[in-house]
Amino acid sequence: MSETSPASPAAGAPMLAIEDLRVRFATPLGPVDAVRGISFTVGREKVGIVGESGSGKSMTGRSILRLTPKSATVTARRMAFEGLDLLGASEREMRAVRGRRISMILQDPKFSLNPVVRVGRQISEAFRVHHKASEKEARARALAMLEAVQIREPARVYDLYPHEVSGGMGQRIMIAMMLIPDPALLIADESTSALDVTVRMQVLAILDDLVSKRGLGLIFISHDLNLVATFCDRVLIMYAGRIVETCRAQDLANARHPYTRGLLDSLPRLGERRERLAVLERDPAWLEQEL
Amino acid sequence: MALLEVRDLAVTFGVGDSLTRAVDGISFAIEAGQSYGLVGESGCGKSTVLRAVSGLNPDWTGEILLDGQRLLPRRERAFYKLVQMVFQDPYGSLHPRHTVNAALMEPIIIHGLDDANGRIVRALDQVQLGPRFRFRYPHQLSGGQRQRVAIARALILEPKVLLLDEPTSALDVSIQAEVLNLLADIRRDNHLTFVLVSHDLAVVAHMCDRLGVMLKGRLVEELSVEQLQTGAVENAYTRHLLAASKGYDRRLAVRADDTDLAVRDDG
Repeated sequence: MSETSPASPAAGAPMLAIEDLRVRFATPLGPVDAVRGISFTVGREKVGIVGESGSGKSMTGRSILRLTPKSATVTARRMAFEGLDLLGASEREMRAVRGRRISMILQDPKFSLNPVVRVGRQISEAFRVHHKASEKEARARALAMLEAVQIREPARVYDLYPHEVSGGMGQRIMIAMMLIPDPALLIADESTSALDVTVRMQVLAILDDLVSKRGLGLIFISHDLNLVATFCDRVLIMYAGRIVETCRAQDLANARHPYTRGLLDSLPRLGERRERLAVLERDPAWLEQEL
Repeated sequence: MALLEVRDLAVTFGVGDSLTRAVDGISFAIEAGQSYGLVGESGCGKSTVLRAVSGLNPDWTGEILLDGQRLLPRRERAFYKLVQMVFQDPYGSLHPRHTVNAALMEPIIIHGLDDANGRIVRALDQVQLGPRFRFRYPHQLSGGQRQRVAIARALILEPKVLLLDEPTSALDVSIQAEVLNLLADIRRDNHLTFVLVSHDLAVVAHMCDRLGVMLKGRLVEELSVEQLQTGAVENAYTRHLLAASKGYDRRLAVRADDTDLAVRDDG
C-alpha cells in the first residue's frame, strides 16, 4: 500500500522499461512538449494510463512503437523492450517489433480495417506478414483466432467486409488481427471507448484473459477512471505530459495527488446525489513539481 | 398536465427487407420543470426520439403534445421559440466560418427579435463565457467553450424545453463537470424542462428526476432517479446496464450475441 510504484505480484520481470521519455513537437510557435520525462515499466500485467485529452497518454503509446509524427522528436534515457533498445533500433528492426512483438489496438475499427478487403483475409495477412505460412494455414489460424475472440460463426464472419460487421465485432476482429502474430505486449489506446457497455465488457474480458492466461503485457490507455480502476492492475495518471501519480488500480479511489483527486471528484456518481459536481482547479505548480 | 408528452411514437427507416423500427411505439410524459433522461446503448432509438420531438425528423407516427397541443410533423416557427436542442458534438454543431456572434445572431434574425445586442451579451453571460468570446471563431475555442456557445444559442430564444443529446460525452470529465453544473444552474434559473439523452447512467442520475430505459426502439422501464441510485430496478436489461456502468466485472462479460437473451422480458 505504501510504496509509490507497486508492481503487481504476478507481473514478473518487466518486458518494457522506459526512463525519462520526452516527446517534443516543433511548431511555428516554438517547441511544444507533449511528454515531459516519464518513466515506467510494464511486465505481464495490465497497466492503465489515464489522463485527459492532451495529457500525452496517446503519444506515450505511440512513441513506444516509434509511430510519432515526423514533427515530433522522441528522446529517452532508456527505452528497452525485451533487451532491444527501441530508440537506437534501425527501421528494419522496428518493423520486426511492430505488430510482431508489440501490437496496438486503436479506438475505432472503422478507420483501422481496410474497407475493401474481407476481414478474415486481413487477419490471415497479418499472420503471413510475420510468419512463413501457406494461405490455407493462415486461414485456419485466422479462424481459430476469430473463435478465440468469441466470434460465434468464424467461417461466416471471415468472408464479411468491414461495413457488414457491428462496432463491437469490428473491434474483436481488430484484436484478432493484432493477436495473430503472437505479440508479447499490447497497447490498447481507448480501444473500448466507442463500444457499448455490453460489448465493452466482453472485449475487456478477452484482454483480461490474454494477460492472465497467455502472459501478455497490456498498456491500457483510457480517459475512463472508473473503468481503469476496476480493470487494470496498476494505474499511471498523466497530466500535461507527466506522470503525476502511480498507484495500484484498486487504490485509485484513495489517490493523493490533487489532480487525481480533482478528476475523481468531478465524476457524477450513481450511488449519491450531489447538488453540484466539484470543478477541477488546476494548480500551475503541477506542471513543474518534481515527482 | 404534462408539458411534453409522447404517445405511441414510432419511427421507421427503410422499406421492405431493410425496414428498421428505430422507435417502436414509445410513450412518456414530462411535467413542466422536470428533467427526464433517456438512456440506452447505441442504436436503441434514444436520439431518434429526440430528433422526432425536435422536428428534425418529420417522418414519425403517433402523437407528440407540447403544452397539450398536438404537434404536426412540420413545425411552425413558434415551436422553436419553445423547444431548442443541444447536440453531442460541439465541433460539428458550430459553423467553422461563423463567429460566436454570428451563430447567436442567427436565431434572433430568424425570429425577428429586438435587442439583439442585449440578448447576445446576456446569453454569453449566462453560459459564463463573457463578452471577450463574442467575436471568436469556433477553432479559437476549446470543446467545453464550444458546447457553452451551443447552449447559449439554444438559450437565446428563451425556450421552455431544452433537448440535450449527449451534451457532454465528447468532453473530458473535468469539463463535463463544468458543463453539467452550468446546465443545472440554467435549468433552475430559467425554470426549464430538460430531456437528456445519454449512454452514461451516472450523468443521468446526476441530472434527471426520472428516466426511461430504451432497448431496440422500446421503453423497457421507467424509473425515478431514487430507484436508479438504490438499484431498485425491475427489468433485467436495466439491471445489466446498471451493473456494467459500475466498471469492469468479469461475470458480466457474456457473449455479445447472447445479450439478446437476457433482455427479452420487456412485456
